[in-house]
Amino acid sequence: MKRINFILITCLFTVISCNNDNDDQSERTNITLNFNHNWDETPFTNANFNTIQYTNANGEEMSITKLRYLISNVTLTKPNGETIVLDGYNLVDVTNNTDLSFTPITAIPLGVYSSLSFTFGFNNDANYNNNYTDLNSVSWNVPEALGGGYHYMQLEGKFIDNTSTETGYAYHTIRAVNNSGAIQVFQDTFFEVNLGEVTVSNNSTFDIEINIAEWFKNPNTWDLNTLNNMLMPNFDAQIMMFENGQNTFNLKPIQ
Amino acid sequence: MKTWNTYIYILFIFTCISCSNEKIETYVSKPSLLQIPKLFEDNILAPVIPNNNLQTIEGISLGKKLFFDPILSANNTQACADCHALENAFTDTDRFSDGINGAFGKRNSMPLFNLAWNYDEKFFWDGRSFSLEHQAFLPVTDPNEMGSTWIQVEEKLQQHPEYPELFQQAFGTSTIDSTLVTKAIAQFERTLISSNSKFDKYLLGETSLTAEELNGFNIFMDETRGDCFHCHGSDKNPLWTDNIFHNNGLDTVITDLGLGAITGDPADNGKFKSPSLRNLAFTAPYMHDGRFKTLNDVINHYSEGLKNSTTIDPLMKKVAQGGVHLTPQDKADLKAFLLTLSDYEFINNLNFIKP
Repeated sequence: MKRINFILITCLFTVISCNNDNDDQSERTNITLNFNHNWDETPFTNANFNTIQYTNANGEEMSITKLRYLISNVTLTKPNGETIVLDGYNLVDVTNNTDLSFTPITAIPLGVYSSLSFTFGFNNDANYNNNYTDLNSVSWNVPEALGGGYHYMQLEGKFIDNTSTETGYAYHTIRAVNNSGAIQVFQDTFFEVNLGEVTVSNNSTFDIEINIAEWFKNPNTWDLNTLNNMLMPNFDAQIMMFENGQNTFNLKPIQ
Repeated sequence: MKTWNTYIYILFIFTCISCSNEKIETYVSKPSLLQIPKLFEDNILAPVIPNNNLQTIEGISLGKKLFFDPILSANNTQACADCHALENAFTDTDRFSDGINGAFGKRNSMPLFNLAWNYDEKFFWDGRSFSLEHQAFLPVTDPNEMGSTWIQVEEKLQQHPEYPELFQQAFGTSTIDSTLVTKAIAQFERTLISSNSKFDKYLLGETSLTAEELNGFNIFMDETRGDCFHCHGSDKNPLWTDNIFHNNGLDTVITDLGLGAITGDPADNGKFKSPSLRNLAFTAPYMHDGRFKTLNDVINHYSEGLKNSTTIDPLMKKVAQGGVHLTPQDKADLKAFLLTLSDYEFINNLNFIKP
């Protein structure tokens, strides 16, 4: 009997050992996403903050005094359609020049992927079903009256208005909510940024280019004179922001 | 005989070592973890406690004694507690506080609580100090405050009948220096935790708010009315401040540069740290220069008193009209809500009274 037990255990170990061998066959790595910013191809960092030096598509001269936005759900899709979702989210804080690089903790197999994508903002599950202490600590919340959850982006600055007065704007994106009726009506405004096919090698780094001017340009030419503040509860403004955000992110071609 | 001599000699040596050990026995300070309130634990990041100044029972106790002791001032007349009184949530009621020579500073004394949750660790209205330890370092030598020198203070403490032993117990050395003094004070200050306001209890399900207070909270959280939450916390951020620097539209011409004087960046001119809205019932007057005597004045400022300047925060809206013009009822309700953030247990906490 003892002998049989011994054989059984040996077999079991062999099986486990074989399984492990199979897993180890594919080499894994972490990837890094770098977020680089520009205004219509002119590089932009926090050193360019606070000075009215940009002209938006509507012709308004403007500055940026704060920019931070959330990305989550970094996903790699294999050619066979299988997806790998990397844990974590990242609050890109251009104002403080922090977290402009994001290395998710999940290691992934090397190889060619048909797409690298992430979510701008949070999907609804992530937005409403978690309490993020780090995001709460930096006052990233959305009031319960607007559905709760978190901001997706805070872009603020000044512009010269129709009366030649320097005026503030706060372009904050959240999940759109219409509070005008008896029942709140929501519309999703998070979106997938698909950066296309990528090859992942050891410690691959992907440079993502964000053209801030796009937020004011396409398809909606943004008029800061009419839409400059109190935009969080403005359902239509949130939808327009969502539409303008679609062309903001691009993967910089590898040189 | 030789064996006996050797035996006695060895015994003597052991006795000497043994006696000597008793004399140099060192006191080991006992760790004292911060009691983190549930709302803080649930909603925000852990407090900042430097690795080289962990909280200990002896360190906190020493810090408290120092905080209340005028020995830190040049003429032994002024303690930290003189401008940071418990009944005022550790600020005072003066617009500007006078130092040992009767001279006044140019800023309103800041209240002291929940300081360990200042994640960026920039202290003072203008953020000129990094770390709580360094903050405690500055008033001692400020001529408008305690007007002393650290050499003087160290010497007085060293000659004191009690302090050398207390430093020995707290830090394992009876040699007193400014670093250890500020470490002890910072340890005590980190224990000044305010988390038992009516609104805290409401969030914990322990009490209810009046209709006016609830409406006030809604105004606070409404981007088209109060819009206070972008800088002053929320039901998810119990600090009620972002600890960040803003120009909140007080002046058209900025004379006190605030953060701008520290960074040298004109874009920071007129920016001051958002104070916490906790304990407003005890902390008048308000603003960095104490210009507003009442909460009504503060609310009126944001409602219709905003003044434009190049660095005014974009979140200050309808500046051309002076603000969003809250209705009288909204103003009253907002005030009612703000007062629910006052923590009476904090200002009556016996752990914080003069030892």
